Amino acid sequence: MSASLVLILLMAVLYAGGVYLLLGRSMTRMLLGFLLVGNATNLLILIIAGPAGLAPIVADGVEPSEMHDPLPEALILTAIVITFGVSAFLLALIYRSWRIARADVVTSDEADVAVGGADSSIDDEESSEAEDGSGEDTEFEGRAEAKTS
Amino acid sequence: MNALMNSLIPLVVLLPLIGAAGALVAGRRPKLQVTFSITVLSLVVLTSAVLVYLTDQTGGHAVTVGGWSAPFGIVLVVDRLSALMLLISSIVLLCVLVFSVGQGMADGDRETPVSIYHPSYLILAAGVFNAFIAGDLFNLYVSFEILLVASYVLLTLGGTQARIKAGITYIIVSLVSSMLFLASIAMIYGATGTVNIAQLSVRLGELPADIQLVLQIMLLVAFGIKAAVFPLSFWLPDSYPTAPAPVTAVFAGLLTKVGVYAIIRTETVLFPGNTLQTVLLVVALLTLVIGILGAVAQSDIKRMLSFTLVSHIGYMIFGIAIGTVAGMGATIYYVIHHITVQTTLFLATGLVERQGGTTALNRLGGLLKASPVIAVLFFIPALNLGGIPPFSGFIGKLGLFEAGAQTPSPLIWVLIGAGALTSLLTLYALMRAWSLAFWRPKREAHEEESPALDRIEEAPEETSAVQETKASPRIMIGATVAMVTVSVALTVFAGPLYSMATRAAETLESPADYISLVFPEGGVS
Repeated sequence: MSASLVLILLMAVLYAGGVYLLLGRSMTRMLLGFLLVGNATNLLILIIAGPAGLAPIVADGVEPSEMHDPLPEALILTAIVITFGVSAFLLALIYRSWRIARADVVTSDEADVAVGGADSSIDDEESSEAEDGSGEDTEFEGRAEAKTS
Repeated sequence: MNALMNSLIPLVVLLPLIGAAGALVAGRRPKLQVTFSITVLSLVVLTSAVLVYLTDQTGGHAVTVGGWSAPFGIVLVVDRLSALMLLISSIVLLCVLVFSVGQGMADGDRETPVSIYHPSYLILAAGVFNAFIAGDLFNLYVSFEILLVASYVLLTLGGTQARIKAGITYIIVSLVSSMLFLASIAMIYGATGTVNIAQLSVRLGELPADIQLVLQIMLLVAFGIKAAVFPLSFWLPDSYPTAPAPVTAVFAGLLTKVGVYAIIRTETVLFPGNTLQTVLLVVALLTLVIGILGAVAQSDIKRMLSFTLVSHIGYMIFGIAIGTVAGMGATIYYVIHHITVQTTLFLATGLVERQGGTTALNRLGGLLKASPVIAVLFFIPALNLGGIPPFSGFIGKLGLFEAGAQTPSPLIWVLIGAGALTSLLTLYALMRAWSLAFWRPKREAHEEESPALDRIEEAPEETSAVQETKASPRIMIGATVAMVTVSVALTVFAGPLYSMATRAAETLESPADYISLVFPEGGVS
């Protein structure tokens, strides 16, 4: 099976960028990372399907060997729909989190910090930053509406 | 017989989906909605019970959806393992639904907005059932997504800050695992040209050994995240405890077990031969020991239970790693036991939270006097999980150790030792929780330090805030009593159940049986 090198490179770049973004603490970055990783996986399925062929419609004069395998496309479509639904839900969560806490970052778990003792100074800094609303990861302006609602 | 099976198997998924649609339409009429969901899940329990009986007679059945024969169409396969999992999960889902209905009636819609809760819950059920009967890998992926998306909604119900924080962690971790799973499906399809599990069972064996190993590890990592196996388990104790009590109960009981079920399928049908035994044994050892040490350090009952959940997944991985019929049979019995008992404990904790106003051990006290019923309802599953004879936890662990001792190796002896130690530490953690929350007089909880609390840090303010205490309605207690009864029934009927689990394991150990279900005429290549 031969595969397009350009597609493989694109997939690698998408995976790398996606994983890098997913590792951040900002929710918006995680969403973007998820979108990149999702698209990279779709590309992987496309690459697996092999080089392009004729449309898989039974007609006179078309040999099955010339047709393109339709199953990977079906898999990709399903995966795209799922990714779309989950991103919509994530966006809703991010918006909700912004309204409530003015924070776009995920803070450390309090119970973990309590059990872990003094090792958590770094996390505390980040979470207190988020509580002031002056976190650098938060790029929105304006006041949270949660205090009023 | 086959016609009956053909119509019964899709019903298991169809009924909850129709129920979800109905519950969504009836969103403004809570009573109608509740009747609808409970009826639907009761029907599923009946269907699964019939399926268990029929599959035990015939060995199983495969439905070709839409009449497209395998490997071109989607197949739904029910063998003994699937049928058992369907039955136990439908019973657990029904009991928890009744519990949450009781909670909803008592508290109104504040904690669990009913109009969204019921449809999401039924879709979660449909996803879980679909995962158990999926006959091809992509269908398994889709069922994972169905149950995960429903679980995202359930985990973030109400949208409070704590739940959104826990939800984000859970969602991102689940998404990563789903993407890994999808990527492995893509690679498996590229290597073999099929996603049908029965056909893969033949074709994967023909691949070079190193490619097989890569594919197997990718699948195991994806399922390992879902099952919360040790190095991949850190998300679980952070995300489960914040959800409403019934949601946590059903997540703890079922969702991780769907991962374990997928691991069982991977290790038997897809990649028979137990090539990764050493790796699985080491992972099981670490899961057991590190999980339970985490549980001992916790000061909150819900978090403590989440850590015991992680720890006990180790027993199941241990059983899978032994790889014999005895080991697999014990694993199946243990999975059934653990689904029931872990759910019961979380439901009982939900009752404790209502009665005591908190689940922080340093503030609870005097509950035995206040509510002896809850004390008993927590005590029985606690002993059961800790492996005290004659309960099912003891039978399951004994079965695992026996199976391990039949194929002795130094590492397996270490694991048997670690398993016994974990059992004792589970008992220690649960009994300490019980005696602090129930036995300790109420005033001591406010005044003096108990020696048992020395090792526990003060619980963080946010989680230990004492809420108002509320009486528990009969319907909630009734649902918990039903779950305790089911868990005791696992002991009473241990004989037939264990022999059925062993028969299920025999089917698993010979992939030819599974293949002949999907391709009755043979000719698979």
